[in-house]
Amino acid sequence: MDDLIADFVAECREMLEALGGEIVAWEAQPDDRGRLDSIFRFVHTVKGNCGFFDFPRLEALSHAAEDALADVRAGRRTPDPALVSAVLAIIDRIGEMIACIEAGEEFPAGDDSSLIDALAPGAEGPATQVAAALPEAKGGGANAPRTIRLSVELLDRVMSGVSDMVLARNELARRLREAPSEVAVDSAFERLSGIIAEMRDAITRTRMQRIENLFVALPRMVRDLSAELGRQVLVDIDGGDVELDREMIEMIRDPLTHIIRNAVDHGIETPAERLKSGKREIGLLSVSARQSGNQILIDIADDGRGIDGKKLVEKAVAAGTIDKAAAASLSPREQLALIFEAGLSTAKEVTAISGRGVGMDVVRSNVERIGGIVEVDSVPGQGTRMTLRVPLTLTIIPALTVSIGNQHFAIPRSAIEEIVRVNGGSVTLDRIGGAGVATIRGRRVPEISLAEVLGLESDIADEDGSLVVLRPAGGDVYALAVDRIHDHEELVVKPAAPAVMATGLYAGTTLADDGSPILLFDPAGVAQVGGIKLEAQERSARIAETTVVTAQRDNSVLLFRGLDGCRRALRLAVVDRIEEVERKAIRKAAGQLRVQLGDTILPLAGVEALEKGDDKVRVFRLSDGAHEIGYAFREVIDLMAMDNELIPADNPGAVSGVTLIGGEPAELIDAHWLFSHHLGAAAKPKVQAVCRLPSDDPWMQNMLRPIVEAAGYLVIGEHDELIPDLVIASDREPVEAGGSAKIIVLRSDPEGQDDESIYRYDRAGLLMALKAAATGRGK
Amino acid sequence: MNELLLIVTIAGSRVALPAAAVESVVELDTLIPVPRAAPHVAGLSALRSRVLTVIDTLRSLELGESDCSNGIREAAVVELDGHHYALIVDVVEDVVEALSDPSPVRAAMGAGWERASKGMVETEEGPLLLVDIDALVAGAAAEARAA
Repeated sequence: MDDLIADFVAECREMLEALGGEIVAWEAQPDDRGRLDSIFRFVHTVKGNCGFFDFPRLEALSHAAEDALADVRAGRRTPDPALVSAVLAIIDRIGEMIACIEAGEEFPAGDDSSLIDALAPGAEGPATQVAAALPEAKGGGANAPRTIRLSVELLDRVMSGVSDMVLARNELARRLREAPSEVAVDSAFERLSGIIAEMRDAITRTRMQRIENLFVALPRMVRDLSAELGRQVLVDIDGGDVELDREMIEMIRDPLTHIIRNAVDHGIETPAERLKSGKREIGLLSVSARQSGNQILIDIADDGRGIDGKKLVEKAVAAGTIDKAAAASLSPREQLALIFEAGLSTAKEVTAISGRGVGMDVVRSNVERIGGIVEVDSVPGQGTRMTLRVPLTLTIIPALTVSIGNQHFAIPRSAIEEIVRVNGGSVTLDRIGGAGVATIRGRRVPEISLAEVLGLESDIADEDGSLVVLRPAGGDVYALAVDRIHDHEELVVKPAAPAVMATGLYAGTTLADDGSPILLFDPAGVAQVGGIKLEAQERSARIAETTVVTAQRDNSVLLFRGLDGCRRALRLAVVDRIEEVERKAIRKAAGQLRVQLGDTILPLAGVEALEKGDDKVRVFRLSDGAHEIGYAFREVIDLMAMDNELIPADNPGAVSGVTLIGGEPAELIDAHWLFSHHLGAAAKPKVQAVCRLPSDDPWMQNMLRPIVEAAGYLVIGEHDELIPDLVIASDREPVEAGGSAKIIVLRSDPEGQDDESIYRYDRAGLLMALKAAATGRGK
Repeated sequence: MNELLLIVTIAGSRVALPAAAVESVVELDTLIPVPRAAPHVAGLSALRSRVLTVIDTLRSLELGESDCSNGIREAAVVELDGHHYALIVDVVEDVVEALSDPSPVRAAMGAGWERASKGMVETEEGPLLLVDIDALVAGAAAEARAA
């Protein structure tokens, strides 16, 4: 009897699971005969079995639902939302009772009559024809695939047995290769080997389940949620036939549910709000799964209000998760990623559905625990897309084996971008401040030596090794130097002991063909232990992308080629950004060449050699903080440090001098001259400060004067009659200031004496002094 | 009371391990080191296609370092939280019956022994120290962190 009950419970559970999606689909399309039939079939089965087992309450419920549905099938009733809800309520009650039976408990006390009454239709028609449909329903049931139920534990045991068998086969193969053997033995072994491989595939598949099992419950869940929250949501599900390890399906059930709850609760607006913002009143929630390599990608996208990154940042700052300075430098993507930080929720109030303190941080940690990652992308007002990336299976991982000295290690293939030989032409290795940087076909990636990370002795020279370029999940690339690359293998990975995992380097252990253990690396962990800053690198990569460069050391210059082909350099600090403009945006106006950049018109320098043929011209946007000018150029060569002596130009002009940069001469552009020359009257303050320079000192006149003028001063000589506000003198020829003028003394020796003089190429110090003098004058 | 004890020698001392916890006694031959792991993790070894984490009991007890260079070592295999460990011992002697419950050792032992001690038990072979397997596996480093 117990066995029969167990079968009954199991059958009901299966049907209930399959039914979840059907009911909602039926509600959307009440005339869909197929769905109606399957729901009818369920209540009918329950009713039939109840009579046999003596569960009177279950029988009464299923009987009532069966009657009502029979009326619908006979066309005597049209299903309306009230009926659908009533049927759903009954199915839920049945589910609860079945759970009680399974657990061997008594039914909770209660009355089902209210549920049954809810089924009563507004008008009753004549009752006939119920029996006619039944044979059809039974026929449908016979088509179901033949299945048996097995405990996962048993499957796991079989799986581990097969894994061991594979290992034993591998060892046998090795022994056979070593010993001289007969052809007959070889061919028998080949056959055995083939069978084992086939078996392993089959047993792997038994652990696979269609992700549909996870998805069928979603329409029902969304329906209930949206009814409760007063939303209207259409669910679009795609990719249910993607297969995933059954354990994995269980692991992603909770995160997926949580994300969907969030989407309905916080993402999709109420119908009224949606209409107001010009959207259809029914929100669209699409859930799709697809396989990509050995990963499964599950997308959950809604067309709701999206996530406001700025609000998240405010919250994070308020909650103390990040400090203000860090918050200001976050990219939009990084702002959104804050949603995964603990204790942050954009919901203003806590609702019953989500925002109960179980946040996205839990979702992320759950997903990361199974080696997956979760990403978020959102456009405010247009919707949010969450993507779960999870590995196909927990147990078999394609991996690359590498070695240091004579010890082998494995690297998960999913993280490997490419493998390059160090002595190949496309790779160079550099040491920068002790850290390794590999340049692979022009791309700079941080490099770490596996031997160093592990503290092992490498038995070959650096240049004989290989680089494995890795991209850990969610991180940026880095290169790992190893001694030798061996083989691609499918490895059965088992978790390692806590003491081994505590190193942070490993993801698990596995056995090699010869039966000896191999450690499998966690690529993100190796990077971390090796000191690679994955996040920081992402940030600096961003800077390079937009060429907004600030706060660099004073001697860094941007090396570029001008329109006339000359190598020139500009101090980085004055370059605001790089823009590309149409040739026609450059024209002569108001006495000089100007370029239109968006809504602003800037004076343009560097255009002496502009050719007719150029369609597009690239322009540096130079800024002194208050004013901007453009400087046309052909191409950027590199970012360099200027550490050679500057040979001053003979005449003041756009070029302040020439210096060796990167081993070749380059002209250094005098931005101060450019500004003073091109801004002209526009830049002059209303009341100009006056600065006196020795008129017979060529350096002062040629080098310094433009700088002083750019700082807003009117420059006079000793014989002019104006009263100076500032006097600049060199340390060789001290001067008397006279009046209230300040004095700046410039020295030619970089090593400072103890006075207040400024080294004459200490531009920053000079500018500070100029600025201080100018402000001081006003007081 | 009549718990079975496995008598082994660690660092020259005869001590007892609860025999029920010991799955088997093996001879380890290959030992794959685990770079960067805690010092008492001597490495990994394989036993019937299972990976064993080999624990150097000497290091675990802060008594020095086992010499694993010359190949075969005897070890007791235990399971803890689903992971299999091999505890390196000098000699595995015998299984005896405990004649008493463990009682505290009042004499001063070394710090490492103190940490791994579950008390003293009477046996036919005289009093023996009952060693806590969890403490051996956790090693000295974990203890230091917890403190």
